[in-house]
Amino acid sequence: MPFILRRLAFYAVAAWVAITANFFIPRAMPGNPVQSIVAKYPTLTPDAIKALELMLGGGQQGSLWSQYVTYLGHVFTFNFGTDVAQFPTPVSSLLGQTIPWTLVLVGVSTVIAFLLGTGLGILAGWRHGGWLDRSLPGLMFLQAVPYFFLALVLVDVVGIELHWLPTGTGYDGRTTTPGWNLPFIGSALQHAVLPAFTIVITSIAGWMLQMRNVMITTIGEDYVVAAQAKGLPARRVIYTYAARNALLPQLQGFGLAIGFVVSGALVMEIVFAYPGIGLLLLNAVSSDDFPLMQAIFLVITFTVLLANLIVDMVIVFFDPRVRAREVHR
Amino acid sequence: MSAPGRVWRNLPAKAKAKVGAVLFGLFLLAAVIGPQVMPYDPSYANPDPSLLMARPSAQHLLGTTQTGQDVLSQLLVGIRLTIELALLVGVIATAAAVLVGVTSAFLGGFWDEFLSLVSNVFLVIPALPLLILLLGYLPQRGQLPTIIVLSVLGWPWGARVVRAQTLMIRNRDFIAAARESGERGWRIIAFDIIPNEVSLIAASFVNTVLYAIGASVALAFVGLTDLNSWSLGTILYWAQGQQALQLGAWWWFVPPGVAVALIGTSLVLLNTGIDELGSPRLRATRGAARIAGRRVWPTDPTPVLAQLTASRGRLGGFLHSFSRGSLLDETTPAGGELR
Repeated sequence: MPFILRRLAFYAVAAWVAITANFFIPRAMPGNPVQSIVAKYPTLTPDAIKALELMLGGGQQGSLWSQYVTYLGHVFTFNFGTDVAQFPTPVSSLLGQTIPWTLVLVGVSTVIAFLLGTGLGILAGWRHGGWLDRSLPGLMFLQAVPYFFLALVLVDVVGIELHWLPTGTGYDGRTTTPGWNLPFIGSALQHAVLPAFTIVITSIAGWMLQMRNVMITTIGEDYVVAAQAKGLPARRVIYTYAARNALLPQLQGFGLAIGFVVSGALVMEIVFAYPGIGLLLLNAVSSDDFPLMQAIFLVITFTVLLANLIVDMVIVFFDPRVRAREVHR
Repeated sequence: MSAPGRVWRNLPAKAKAKVGAVLFGLFLLAAVIGPQVMPYDPSYANPDPSLLMARPSAQHLLGTTQTGQDVLSQLLVGIRLTIELALLVGVIATAAAVLVGVTSAFLGGFWDEFLSLVSNVFLVIPALPLLILLLGYLPQRGQLPTIIVLSVLGWPWGARVVRAQTLMIRNRDFIAAARESGERGWRIIAFDIIPNEVSLIAASFVNTVLYAIGASVALAFVGLTDLNSWSLGTILYWAQGQQALQLGAWWWFVPPGVAVALIGTSLVLLNTGIDELGSPRLRATRGAARIAGRRVWPTDPTPVLAQLTASRGRLGGFLHSFSRGSLLDETTPAGGELR
């Protein structure tokens, strides 16, 4: 089976596991989530309660299997029901409002951190023992800082003490209106600087360390020595011979780390009150808004799986061995 | 020199691992004796109005919270709870990882495929949203459910690494010899395979502890824990919830965050040390050597002394190594006819 198809099958299995876990978790946990929701939000209509029972279990909704099939149908049509805290807003419209913020912020800053960290890792590995390499323990400290804590400090110093950059919310709601207009985009960019900086600073050291380690191992390979012996310029040996090969494990690591970065970014959004999916998740947790929590979990999982698929395609592009295997079979 | 002293000098190989071990040891010490030496009851709200959100002073070394609670006492108890949880999760999840990894590699065939698939699926599904979902449904949130949930989601990475290593060891001669001599499967696993994976398992344990600290602090910060207990995460939760940030009470939210970061750094340093112990190439070399006035890096070709006449400074030499000129330096015979 070609590489990409094999990976597609794997992601299909992973998505199915996530969807199924989402179905069984509320049913397996002690207590009845629907009853606690009804007790908390007495204004829900009987229709809405019925929909909740279908989603979370409890009540008389036919066999478990038929509930499961109906639930699968809803997931595939992105029908996540109505929200209970902001009744009767559909959950999908709440997601639609928040996903773009998180996607742009976390996506762009993760790619920046990856490129920057990989580049620095190449240099640190090449000049093994040089000043960049020796600065790594310091960078590890930044890596160990929880995202949200660095966010707290930045909000305090840059936002509150120095007033350099705005903190809280994704744009200035008093002077701009969302849409494709220049003041709004400018304001949104200004509000994104600090959150993006937080992600880049805390995740860069991880990329750098990994790239440096692979780079050091790669430099010891015979073909790199051969390239040097041929008298190729240092730049060519570094980037075309060593770094290109060292990049492959790095890319695989990137796929696995996306989930981690997204998790950190979710909590970070809470500190900045950034109008993304992380803040929505916090509100859902604090108000026992189970349908919203479930939908957010699924959406984040699907996004991470999609990102992994994209990384796999990049790997196919960079690694001729993967392509060659496809031709031979 | 005494034997333990020599081991101490040789074992961590690098200063990095030593610093990591000492730092983590300090936090471990704080966790053990913290509750005995803390100056106040961490939950006691001092009604004295001058002690509401007071700056650090001789009585309260790290100041007080908005309700007059002593931050230092909270920190000492919090370090204990956080480290306790992380170590427990580390032990449980690493044990599960070793069990799954070794079984999967040792059995092979269907079970290997199946267990690998399960661990890869768990790896690719983002952990924190799943943790939040699991804990969100629990009517009672406390230390024990958090430990269980974190352990359940914490084993796949270790299992993957252990499996890869076991696959390598499984085909070695000494395993074949043990099989031929009629050793049972579990005996081979326990006495021949696992002892050869100790450094890997140690690294996996350190990583799991790191993950448990990060995840438990994040979960507490979101509010998904027993908010009446004091852990590093709940201190941050209350600091954030009671506007410590907006009121400029840095002594309230900086110490717990720095504590988390320092524990994390010590574990990363320890892990790097373990890594470098297993793979000497990764150890820091001495960097560039100075030969005939020019800096020569270990990755540079062996220099021909006759060409090293032009001496360059640090930055100049570094920049020059990227330029076209360096190509000519390295390829042209001494006479330079090719120019």
